[in-house]
Amino acid sequence: MKTLFDKVWDSHIVAQEEDETLLYVDRCLIHEGSRHTFDALHERGLSVAHPDKVFAFSDHYIPTDPQARSRGVASIPDAEIRNMVELLIRNTDEFKISRFGWGDARQGILHVAGPELGLSQPGIVLVGADSHTSTHGAFGNLSFGIGASETTHVVATQTIWQRRPDTLHIRIDGALGFGVTAKDIILAVIAKIGIGGAIGYAIEYAGSAIAAMSMNERMTICNMSIEAGGRAGMIAPDDTTYQFLAGRPFSPKGQAWDNALKFWRTLPSDPGAKFGKEVDIDAARVVPMVTWGTNPEQSLPITERVPDPDKEPDAETRIEYGKALTYMGLKPGMRLTEIAVDRVFIGSCTNSRIDDIRAAAAVAKLGRAVIPAWVVPGSESIKRQAEAEGLDRIFTDAGFEWRNAGCSLCTALNGDQLKPGERCGSTSNRNFQGRQGPGGRTHLMSPAMAAAAALRGHLVDVRELGGRN
Amino acid sequence: MEAFTTWSGIAVPFDETNVDTNQLCPTRFNKVPWGPRFAKILLHDRRFNADDSEKPDYILNQEPYRRAVIAVAGRNFGVGSSRETAVLGLMGFGIRSVIAPNFGDIFYNNSLKNGVLPVRLPTAIVDLLLRQLLAQRGAQMRVDLPSQTVTGPDGATHPFDIAPLSKKRLLLGLDEIAHTQEYGGEIKRFEERQAKDYPWLGAAPT
Ligand code: SF4
Repeated sequence: MKTLFDKVWDSHIVAQEEDETLLYVDRCLIHEGSRHTFDALHERGLSVAHPDKVFAFSDHYIPTDPQARSRGVASIPDAEIRNMVELLIRNTDEFKISRFGWGDARQGILHVAGPELGLSQPGIVLVGADSHTSTHGAFGNLSFGIGASETTHVVATQTIWQRRPDTLHIRIDGALGFGVTAKDIILAVIAKIGIGGAIGYAIEYAGSAIAAMSMNERMTICNMSIEAGGRAGMIAPDDTTYQFLAGRPFSPKGQAWDNALKFWRTLPSDPGAKFGKEVDIDAARVVPMVTWGTNPEQSLPITERVPDPDKEPDAETRIEYGKALTYMGLKPGMRLTEIAVDRVFIGSCTNSRIDDIRAAAAVAKLGRAVIPAWVVPGSESIKRQAEAEGLDRIFTDAGFEWRNAGCSLCTALNGDQLKPGERCGSTSNRNFQGRQGPGGRTHLMSPAMAAAAALRGHLVDVRELGGRN
Repeated sequence: MEAFTTWSGIAVPFDETNVDTNQLCPTRFNKVPWGPRFAKILLHDRRFNADDSEKPDYILNQEPYRRAVIAVAGRNFGVGSSRETAVLGLMGFGIRSVIAPNFGDIFYNNSLKNGVLPVRLPTAIVDLLLRQLLAQRGAQMRVDLPSQTVTGPDGATHPFDIAPLSKKRLLLGLDEIAHTQEYGGEIKRFEERQAKDYPWLGAAPT
């Protein structure tokens, strides 16, 4: 009796030495930040073993301002940022790696555009030079983020040395309440197990709530596995998965599709398979969540108040909370809905897919943004789809800014960033100190909640606005 | 990779939990090529003001901690982003071993690849070491990989675990890629089998 994880792991073992396994890597995703890998390849005179198994995306450094995009790479004012965008072009050309870059209709964030291309298939091992590579596990594969040295190893050998992680089964049952989204569920999971709760584990998410989710929602869940410390997040493939994959550029076609489907159906964990650890979440009890602190476990239902460090029984927690509140500029005991925000960011590999854009638009329709609010689709194809549905007009009519695809304000690499002390309601995945720019303050939430915050200028329970999720 | 056998010297207490890689290397420095600039990048926004002047009260800006080779920290050290620049910052500063109750997975692996030794010790021992270091400024410690022990400021030794292959690589400063290339035959056989069993993985996009 094997788990989904066991099946994928076992079928990719090339060799074993001591307690480490040499795993075969089917696909490796890189991005503009992968310069250290190419520097190492150059320095050591290494070649790329299988350029057709490496895929490059322009996302971290590319501007998302439509005007800048139309002017072209050479117009990026910051020389260091321009260099990063150009380096990816030069390096991928030199090593003959496919690039989904500037001007390409398929360009987007690697964890958004990759699945759209059909690269993330059940049963494979996929690595990415980015911690949120766990996203792709939503398709029933083993996907994880790696550092620059590991990426160099992968592109040079198409393999990676790994210690076998333990397995963690997170069972999420029940129906999501009104206004509650996949983002709220995963924030609730992280609040429950902590940012270190899954260190050393590959997570499998299961249960009726997961089964009922779309692929976009499942990707939101798996995306944030790393925020609980998990090595990977996986969801068993099912008809939802196959429907999403059918007809994608890299998906098998014709007879190959039938053969693939037969194989994919063997992947779900066997009934009675054993996991190292089990956690249960009642989805029906989750309400819209927001983070108040400086890491993703420091979140609470929007109906709560900012915690009072002095009331915490544990000394370490008192210190942690105290520091977080100082950085965030919040008073203990204030209502979360009293927190005024300076701007809103709807985007990132967590929440920039079409479902997210639609949910935000449904709320934007109810009013007008009173603070700067950006909507940054995860890929150019999502941008086109949203425009075809008229969503861009809903946003611009409501005073939101509609931009081009990229990581943007999630990580502040391309120059989109918060000013010191500025407070942002954000649909991204990390609220670490300085994540959205030095001194910037981040509150994580769902797209509907972020859009609601834009209309009110403070955190607000989206359920009060009557918008759908 | 630089070999790691034994390091002893000044140990700096990072008496903090959840020091994420964004703190260790603020995002905007990810684009910097590896080199001397990394000495300043470690914990940059904690160490420097906006005008680039040092914050004198930050521990790494004080003697004797400017010469620290070992760091002791609270739980969840190095969680977050996969940026290897977090390790390069430690290396650049001169810190060759970090001791903590646990580490972010990717940071842990990145450290091993660069000759920085992450040492997991039980929380109670880490707390003890932190207390000793805070009580005795500039105290020395020793991290010994061959015997897998940490020697605290009081001279007591504490054993730690490390995966045997990782240990071997660090001790010999082994080149991992060259080592893997010795498995070239196995890799080729795997690829042949896979091309037969899952031919669609190699198909060109349509
Ligand atoms: S959107 Fe944010 S988290 Fe996702 S890949 Fe880009 S920078 Fe990383």
